[in-house]
Amino acid sequence: MAVLKRLFGLDRSTQKTRESLVHRIRNVFQQAAVIDDDLWEEAEAILLQADVGVPTTEELLRRLREAVRLGEARTGEELFEILKEEMEAVLVEGVDFERPLLRSGALNAVLVVGVNGVGKTTTIAKLGAYWRDQGHRVLLAAGDTFRAAAIDQLKVWGERAGLPVVAHQPGADAGSVVYDALAAARARGADVVLIDTAGRLHTKYNLMEELKKVRRVIEKQGVEAITTLLVVDATTGQNAINQVKQFREAVGLDGLIVTKLDGTAKGGVVFAIVHELKVPVRFLGTGEKLDDLAEFWPMDFVDALFGEEKRGRG
Amino acid sequence: MFESLSDKLQEVFSRLGRKGRLDERDVDEALKEVRQALLGADVNFKVVKAFMARVRERAVGHEVLQSLTPAQQVIKIVHDELLALLGEPSRLTPAPQPPTVVMLVGLQGSGKTTTAAKLALALRKQGPRSLLVAADPYRPAAVAQLQTLGKQLDVPVYADERRKPPELAQDAIKYARQQNLAYVILDTAGRLVIAEDLMRELEEIKRRVQPHEVLLVADAMTGQDAVRVAEEFHKRVGLTGLILTKLDGDARGGAALSIREVTGVPIKYLGVGEKLDALEPFHPDRLASRILGMGDVLSLIERAQQTIDQQHALEMQRKVKTGSFDLNDYLKSLQQLRNMGPLEQLLDMIPGMGKLLREQRLPAIQEKDLKRVEAIILSMTPYERAHPEIIGASRKRRIARGSGTTTADVNQLLNTFKQMQQLMRQMSGAKTPRHFKGLLPGATGDLRGLPGGASLKKRPYMVPPGRRGR
Repeated sequence: MAVLKRLFGLDRSTQKTRESLVHRIRNVFQQAAVIDDDLWEEAEAILLQADVGVPTTEELLRRLREAVRLGEARTGEELFEILKEEMEAVLVEGVDFERPLLRSGALNAVLVVGVNGVGKTTTIAKLGAYWRDQGHRVLLAAGDTFRAAAIDQLKVWGERAGLPVVAHQPGADAGSVVYDALAAARARGADVVLIDTAGRLHTKYNLMEELKKVRRVIEKQGVEAITTLLVVDATTGQNAINQVKQFREAVGLDGLIVTKLDGTAKGGVVFAIVHELKVPVRFLGTGEKLDDLAEFWPMDFVDALFGEEKRGRG
Repeated sequence: MFESLSDKLQEVFSRLGRKGRLDERDVDEALKEVRQALLGADVNFKVVKAFMARVRERAVGHEVLQSLTPAQQVIKIVHDELLALLGEPSRLTPAPQPPTVVMLVGLQGSGKTTTAAKLALALRKQGPRSLLVAADPYRPAAVAQLQTLGKQLDVPVYADERRKPPELAQDAIKYARQQNLAYVILDTAGRLVIAEDLMRELEEIKRRVQPHEVLLVADAMTGQDAVRVAEEFHKRVGLTGLILTKLDGDARGGAALSIREVTGVPIKYLGVGEKLDALEPFHPDRLASRILGMGDVLSLIERAQQTIDQQHALEMQRKVKTGSFDLNDYLKSLQQLRNMGPLEQLLDMIPGMGKLLREQRLPAIQEKDLKRVEAIILSMTPYERAHPEIIGASRKRRIARGSGTTTADVNQLLNTFKQMQQLMRQMSGAKTPRHFKGLLPGATGDLRGLPGGASLKKRPYMVPPGRRGR
């Protein structure tokens, strides 16, 4: 799949810049004859440079030290394996990343939210194509009525993906677009309505209120299966934590979609997000093509982070 | 997570202070807090490391150890070093021969297209007219987006989706010369990865048009990767400056520091909102405070100065003092406050305030409350506004109907206003309140000690007038 290829740096378009900092960690660990202060320092540096953040980095290092204390790791090599296990553990602890997002036999409204410029519109097209290929009847709702040409952008994507798009004029009320889209879905027998929303910084009170209103419109239409997904740009740093907190408080969050993963930006902040806030990652996005989207698997993700070949799903 | 660096340092030093003498280990403990603050602000790890080494050298070299107020000393050193790193503010350098060509580069989603439009508007406000060039034929509707923005601003947009960006840019410059336009702003394509084909295209554009400025547009929320992105762009197309975007959120903007450190190019502008006029010059001291998580009071004061009519403020002060402040004046003050921008944005600039309001779920002063108060006052006759005491039951019913509220709302407003008037009379003898503390009483609560202050707090949308605009 294109996504994994890119994630693993196998795609030629990313070859040039794929040598990630984090790749180094393996060498550092494997070459370490003894587990000493230098090794700990290096491990900390690498995790922090991957945007894992101070609290989660400290937690991971605490677990590693514990493993060393218990005699589970004596060499750098052994410690590296434990680090990978613990990082996978952080991504699954306290969250259900496999729960089906769509309810079968019901009309599903999927609200896609996020700050500006994370790739919501592109992601919606990808998700639409993905679910369509799984046999769903998908309709896209152009709920970003604010950004100039956002509606055009979704229409272009809808055409490429062969998905119907319900849209109003720029500046229209997002709630009314959603209302019409749900009505259209019922009329045409679609079971998934994917709703694009305007990018908004999580600190803007009025815009977050507007988002709550969109959710209320969906609820009032008697739609019970509502899924809210937050799109997070993989290059985002610690601010992503505030984003998750604020969006979750406003509309609830069922999961994250991490976009723009590539040879260098690997979205290390998701470790902090899952660890601190217990919101699961559900999808990963890389490129600009419709199939550049993959379901999230912790093991693959950690492997990709370290630039390892895929181990396959056990 | 991270409250305020000064509080934390204060805590560290007061814990240590009791033993009498500080030593290097104590300073190191304090510096650990500084380090965490910088990392939490997404300053690049290596930049932090080098930075901390410099700070430590100064801190243990007497400045802190000898100080009676070590926490302040550490803050001062950190702040000084941050300022040195952030460098002087810088604007666009006009070319000797117009048009001045400004090329915007950056990753996808960093805000290049919006920034291009903002820049055109900022320049036009100073006089020169610009040509916007849509050199991103790849992202669906990117050209349409720039055209829409150009139309809004009445700035010409040069676009042709069939042409390759390098040739398009070249043509655009010819066109600008013919039309006597002073600036050409190139909106180039962003990519996910700093991909080879994109870089080659940018190099080609640069080679052909010889831009006077190559500005990297970077998202303030970017994490550790900001350094690599900036280095790559700098290596390939030679940056001359940086524009940091999305600073209207709560990102602390450590990326600015990292990019500045690795490229050495000056920071030129900051993007602070979605509106097209939301482009500000860069102020190193404010950004430094922000990176340290210490709020942005200066920006708030500046905004107040820009929007509040000094004459009016003085007049209000006089009225407050003489007790002749009526609902007409109150309405005017209210409208001026709203002119300053969304209230939550203002609150966010006060250190700790935005966070406090959000987390403590205080009855935040909300835009709609202000609007309701405004609606009620607007439904009164000017005479009623000057003499609220004549408003009886029947007038109240009329006002409530007129403003779409209830008589209880009208009552509440009248009562609160009465208390406020009393409060003003009591305060008129007291010294002038400290600059912004009194701006938003329901939130700061610094009126609690005063009679009427407590009940004011319950109705947070009453804003005492005439106390701002310094």
